[in-house]
Amino acid sequence: MGRRSATLAVASLMVLGLAACGGGDDGPPTLTWYINPDDGGQAELAARCTDSADGAYRIETSLLPREASAQREQLARRLAANDSSIDLISLDPPFIPEFAEAGFLAEIPDDVADAVTENVVQGAIDGATWKDELVTVPFWANTQLLWYRKSVAEAAGLDPENEPVTWQQIIDAAAQQDKYLGVQGIRAEALTVWINALVASAGGEIITNPEADVADVQLGLESEAGQQAAEIIGTIGREGLGGPGFANEDENASMLLFQGDQGSFMVNWPFVWAATLAGVEAGNLDSGLVDDIGWAMYPSVAEGEEARPPYGGINLGIGAFGDHVDEALDAAQCIVSVENQAFYMVTNGNPASNTEAYDDPEVQKAFPMADLIRESLEQAGPRPQTPYYNEVSTGLQNTWHPPSSVQPDSTPEAATTLITEVLKGERLL
Amino acid sequence: MTTTRVPDSAAEQEAVAAALSDRARAERRLGWWLAGPAFVVMLLVTAYPIVQAFYDSLFQFRLTDPDAREFNWLGNYWVVLTDSVWWQAVGVTVLITAITVAVEAVLGFALALVMHRALRTLRPVLRTAILVPYAIITVVSAFAWFYAFDISTGFVNSWFDWLPGIGADTNWFGEFSTSVTVIIASEIWKTTPFISLLLLAGLAQVPEDLQEAAKVDGATWWQRMYKVTIPNMKAAIMVALLFRTLDAFRIFDNVFIMTQGSNNTEVVSFLAYRQTISRLEIGLGSAVSVLLFLCVVLISFTFIKLFKVDLASARGER
Repeated sequence: MGRRSATLAVASLMVLGLAACGGGDDGPPTLTWYINPDDGGQAELAARCTDSADGAYRIETSLLPREASAQREQLARRLAANDSSIDLISLDPPFIPEFAEAGFLAEIPDDVADAVTENVVQGAIDGATWKDELVTVPFWANTQLLWYRKSVAEAAGLDPENEPVTWQQIIDAAAQQDKYLGVQGIRAEALTVWINALVASAGGEIITNPEADVADVQLGLESEAGQQAAEIIGTIGREGLGGPGFANEDENASMLLFQGDQGSFMVNWPFVWAATLAGVEAGNLDSGLVDDIGWAMYPSVAEGEEARPPYGGINLGIGAFGDHVDEALDAAQCIVSVENQAFYMVTNGNPASNTEAYDDPEVQKAFPMADLIRESLEQAGPRPQTPYYNEVSTGLQNTWHPPSSVQPDSTPEAATTLITEVLKGERLL
Repeated sequence: MTTTRVPDSAAEQEAVAAALSDRARAERRLGWWLAGPAFVVMLLVTAYPIVQAFYDSLFQFRLTDPDAREFNWLGNYWVVLTDSVWWQAVGVTVLITAITVAVEAVLGFALALVMHRALRTLRPVLRTAILVPYAIITVVSAFAWFYAFDISTGFVNSWFDWLPGIGADTNWFGEFSTSVTVIIASEIWKTTPFISLLLLAGLAQVPEDLQEAAKVDGATWWQRMYKVTIPNMKAAIMVALLFRTLDAFRIFDNVFIMTQGSNNTEVVSFLAYRQTISRLEIGLGSAVSVLLFLCVVLISFTFIKLFKVDLASARGER
């Protein structure tokens, strides 16, 4: 009995498999959406938009690796081989110029571009643009806020909520009260995010002519802005204000430090709010902690000058080699609709790029700081937009790490030399 | 398995030789038939990529900009070999290789002795226990060691804070010496079983008669070890060292997981990874890979020529 039923089972499986293969040609086209890992929000959006397409197409999601750099590596390898299975891509903004320049992204028609940028924060539009063309569809947009312990700010005589604070003020406050600052000193993308925000807040730019040919790219680090950024990072590193694990402190480690007894100020993405509430609910954190946490605009470098907070998030790219570009454009517009962005923000904690989503009562309830996030996004400065972003970012991480070694006189110069030589193909990285 | 018998006469001796050579020929033919397909597959999966990598290494070629690909002669090799980053990576790789192989040889030998001398009933349990680390995937063991030493999740700091130099604030991945210590320790923990297994096979080959004879002559344990055991398993030792050196020189997972090359812990294979996979500079990355391959060839050549490693005899074929 055993052998015969096994043979039958195998045979019927093969028939079923063949049937499944053959079915692809008849029904509606299936769009594959390569998504970054989240809390299931993008899969839900795919299902919603499949429903509202009413049979015009189906959207399936395919999961990319957790790290943004690994996502880029996988997508670049596939797209370089003209992978036609990639219809929609959840793309980290720094890699957009590289993908656009390589011809990996399908063109976005003007009418679609106008529709998807209406009411969208400027930071997200800038991040989705390359050489004055919108090359991706803004989806969700992230920014960092200054999170502070009210008790520490009060003791230092600061009121960050109403009076924007400077880096020098929070450094002094932490040093005087023997507390730690939550900042990201790890040799990873988080460090580039921090360096860029500091340089931009000081009125500088990491790359001054991002659209130039690779051999002529000019860096703007050897400037007053670059020196001020190096001064801040070096001081925090040398005075031990980043805590004992500063040299490999990422966003999550900063949050843990901030939640601890020696927490004071922290710059971080809004995910920390939901994570802290969850920690209190699970009983891992003291319930008094929530009342002690305040939020404000990212610190500025010089008093009276506006900060340029970090900008992050995800945009939707349309794969250039897919067989269903029109359907994919439709699907992208559905995914980024105001309702869907509000839903995504409430359920997955990722802030919307469309300002209208912030008026949703559910959003206002889940994020008491929603208006501040919107304001911060309008002010946010993107990381250097260049097709060679990976080289620039890794070059910065190599020269500005460990943070205690950063010196205003030498570090910006070393970074400029290294990155320039790497871009000219004269050095390894 | 084969028992040899002393032939009685010269004629018989000749006949045996002829029969053997016939049989040897048949065996050789069978050998080719058995090994041939594997040989062809090896050529396809190793020789082809090596040739392709060498070809790619002669071009300036970025995956995202294929139109700008241009022939560069040996320019990529010049860039690599004149860059301090390459020599730094080579230095770190040699350091990690030398320390891990030396420590593993001693530890592995001790473990092999324990396994060899253990009571018959204990032996299977002991061998399994010793082999467990080797059965764990390297990435998994790297994560385990990383989390154990990490300042926010690790337990090492609180368990060993009674040792000088270790406290709650010790950041193992904050500087070169401590990072490299953890990388080396993890590598040793993971691969010592491999070396001890090879050495155990060598120990089993040492004839018991020689040991007995030495014992009868009144040799001490140390004398027997130095005069009988080690000389008789020299081939096994050299093969174990060769395999481990080649393995250790290509270390990647531990560095990738624990430090991502920060604090100057970059090793050669990580350098190749960064150029090829992260930077998508296929030409430059292939040049680093080819140089890594040449280093490995050089190590094998040195071992085989200088130390006269005989791979065949280690397998008990001669």
